[in-house]
Amino acid sequence: MRLIKEKTSIDFLGKSRRSIAWVISAIVVVASIVSLSTRGLDFGIDFTGGILLEVGYEDAADLDAIRGNLLTAGFEDAQVQLFGADNDVLVRLPPQPETDQSEIRAELQQALEVGGKSVDLRRVESVSPQVGSELANQGGLAMIFALMMIFAYVMFRFQWKFAAGAVAALTHDVIITIGFFSIFQLPFDLTVVAAVLAVIGYSLNDTVVAFDRIRENFFKYRGMPAEESMNISINEMLARTIITGLTTLLVLFALLLLGGESIGPFSTALIVGIIVGTYSSIYTASATALLLGVSAQDLAEPVKDPELVDDLP
Amino acid sequence: MNKYPAWLNALVLTILVAGIILALPNIYGSAPAVQLAQRDGADVTSSQLEEYVRVVENAGIAPEAAYIADGRAVIRFEEKEPQRVAGDLLRDNYRRTTNVALTLAPKLPDWIRLLGLNPMSLGLDLRGGVYVLLEVDMQSAIESRLAAYERDIDERMRDARIRARAELDNQVIRVRLANADNLDAAASAIREADQDLIISEATDGRSITVRMTEEQIKARQDLSIEQNITTLRNRVNELGVAEPLVQRQGSDRIVVQLPGVQDPTQLDKILTATATLEFRLVDLSGNERGSRTYPGRGTEPSQVLKREVIASGDQIIDAESGFSEGQAAVFITLDAAGGDRMFKTTQENLKKPMSTLFIETSRETIMVDGVAEQRTVKTEEIINTATINGIFKDRFQITGLNALEARDLALLLRAGALAAPVYKIDERTIGPSLGQDNIERGFNAIQIGFLAVVVFMAFYYRWFGMVANVALFSNLVFIVAVLSMLGASLTLPGIAGIVLTVGMAVDANVLIFERIREELSAGNTAQGAIHSGYEKALSSIADANITTLIAAIVLFAFGTGPIKGFAITLTIGIVTSMFTSIIGTRAIVNLAFGGRRLKTLPV
Repeated sequence: MRLIKEKTSIDFLGKSRRSIAWVISAIVVVASIVSLSTRGLDFGIDFTGGILLEVGYEDAADLDAIRGNLLTAGFEDAQVQLFGADNDVLVRLPPQPETDQSEIRAELQQALEVGGKSVDLRRVESVSPQVGSELANQGGLAMIFALMMIFAYVMFRFQWKFAAGAVAALTHDVIITIGFFSIFQLPFDLTVVAAVLAVIGYSLNDTVVAFDRIRENFFKYRGMPAEESMNISINEMLARTIITGLTTLLVLFALLLLGGESIGPFSTALIVGIIVGTYSSIYTASATALLLGVSAQDLAEPVKDPELVDDLP
Repeated sequence: MNKYPAWLNALVLTILVAGIILALPNIYGSAPAVQLAQRDGADVTSSQLEEYVRVVENAGIAPEAAYIADGRAVIRFEEKEPQRVAGDLLRDNYRRTTNVALTLAPKLPDWIRLLGLNPMSLGLDLRGGVYVLLEVDMQSAIESRLAAYERDIDERMRDARIRARAELDNQVIRVRLANADNLDAAASAIREADQDLIISEATDGRSITVRMTEEQIKARQDLSIEQNITTLRNRVNELGVAEPLVQRQGSDRIVVQLPGVQDPTQLDKILTATATLEFRLVDLSGNERGSRTYPGRGTEPSQVLKREVIASGDQIIDAESGFSEGQAAVFITLDAAGGDRMFKTTQENLKKPMSTLFIETSRETIMVDGVAEQRTVKTEEIINTATINGIFKDRFQITGLNALEARDLALLLRAGALAAPVYKIDERTIGPSLGQDNIERGFNAIQIGFLAVVVFMAFYYRWFGMVANVALFSNLVFIVAVLSMLGASLTLPGIAGIVLTVGMAVDANVLIFERIREELSAGNTAQGAIHSGYEKALSSIADANITTLIAAIVLFAFGTGPIKGFAITLTIGIVTSMFTSIIGTRAIVNLAFGGRRLKTLPV
């Protein structure tokens, strides 16, 4: 079975196509940055500090009554929303000034027992603002550090122009994935940071596999213009790029639909990131390397891999 | 062509069998159990185990199994109710020597347990429980050490007959001398207290400043953390929590994880409580040097107490709550030094009053110019003042608390005081119902995701796709095996990592199979296509996996809690998938096609 024709010869990197791709990327990246700087992100309590409660009711929850009760109890800035099912409610509160956490918890539980119905406190998280800002810093540092490590690795395995292409593609993916969360105001928590880092790993994986083939073809088709042999490489890898993307998306949709509400943002980030990452490894990464004037002279002969899995006589 | 030597086939098979055996403990499930550990850390002996079982059986409860694991007795039951009853019973019988905790124990057959194999442990988000991150107040750890130096210096000045006054201000002890001529004598007396202190003359020519060195401060901080961890462990054990985790994080934090605990309300008070006691004589003249007035708790009158402490909380080796003449009481046992001092004091001060001072530190958030700031509040209250009616030594009782307070105080005194106050900065409680939901959803996602990929691969690459599917399944087994072996706990993000691995692990096989297709359409023979398909795809596979590994390792290094779980399964998944999808599938392909004359390949 084949999804892709055996031999495709799509002109991915032709001048006009490349320009269109640049424009699309530029629009989406700019939109993301504008949204991030104006609307910002809907940070979860992992980053802002505060209290989060997930409460299970026996039957459908009356959100207005819950809000009213919380207001009466003095919790003015409470955000109340359904979480997955209509009897599952998520309550978010900013950091509370009182010292006695257990007292707050008791007050909250009382306020949530609307009309004397018993509730199941499924989850209570209370994070101090101090820990929140540390986690945010750590997340940012982790991303920068991962990008640097990756730049170094690709430079070591290939060459700086490829490394620049790879990092350009990854930055593109990260900005768009985070931008997506800003544009649609999806909850941005610690697991989303983990997902973005996984996206970095995945997108790079895609990019590096394409680069590998580009290097191989630079030597196979000596004298061919870089643009043309890169185009052949991308076409040759097209089936693999799409199939791996597809299997990964298959499992991620399973995770999104079945994994429960709390890893919803995580799955969403990965799905967006993998779609963008697949696109960027074709366009952004190779096009950036091309823009930097990459050519066969930039690369040494590919290293013959030791025959690790070869058959032995 | 395309033959693996026998040893390599044998190796692949051995690794597979090992993986299956290591993963096996996970299929048996678990049941309610009571766990007993000796307080002094000694292993439970088999005769003790028999005794425990006899106690349970005498109450008419039949355990499902009873054995010793890691030096602890485990008695397993079929239902929750007998577990609870047996737990109470054992706790009543052995509370003084043993920590009794209710837990879930795996229902492993004996042969697996004897091999020392264990299932993966489940993270708090999958089994329910409480996670608390505590910050140790280092400032007050240092200050309490300096206060001790200050008292010591005062005493030494008195002994050396130097008129001086030591004062503690902002981590510096300033010793003001009445006479500047005594400067050298005072400095050498202070040096005798501790060689390492930084002692310098102040500019006014008649006072000395004393400071702790960086190393002393660092050592003091480390010591405070270590002591606090020990104390917290004791407290958690007193609460009867099975498999608690108390661990240092960074320079000044402690993580406490308590699986299975559902109501953190009692926990809050016990974990961060700094409550301790001091016994002091009442200063009847009211004007002795260092005497101070302390308020009484509730209706208790305030008193002027002497500066000298007869005995303090850290000298209490046992405390038990109970009732004395209808009043809640704590029965105290002091260590030898404390007992001697108490003996001497009571002997010399018969018919004079002595007070029990209750000391507690807490942190308060206050608003300063609209910004939340935290400050430390120290509460010191007299809970009881009584006339010394007889001479006593290391055993006595105190009253003045209600029954609940007496119980908590006894627990805290038994477990020991914290060397420095701790404050809760992060707390997460997962209810058991959510934990169960998370497990079910996670496994559902794995199953459906796995199934979707397997069906796709079988259709798309036919026979070769099935080989990749075998590799994918083995990969799942290996991930579970490695997690079980490492004793790492599985979390919901960890499950997400496994799901992601399922999607990505086929990538290596996709690369290989696409390459084989390319080779075939380029006119290569079937055997040649297999050979170069595997060979040429290898460098891409290696690069692709190493880059993902970099991201996973960064994630592990920077991540905390849930993120680490994701990073661990992702990392394990990448490594095991390299083995299964390259060497594993090649072994099967070689066995099936190697050396045969083939025109086409079912790829």
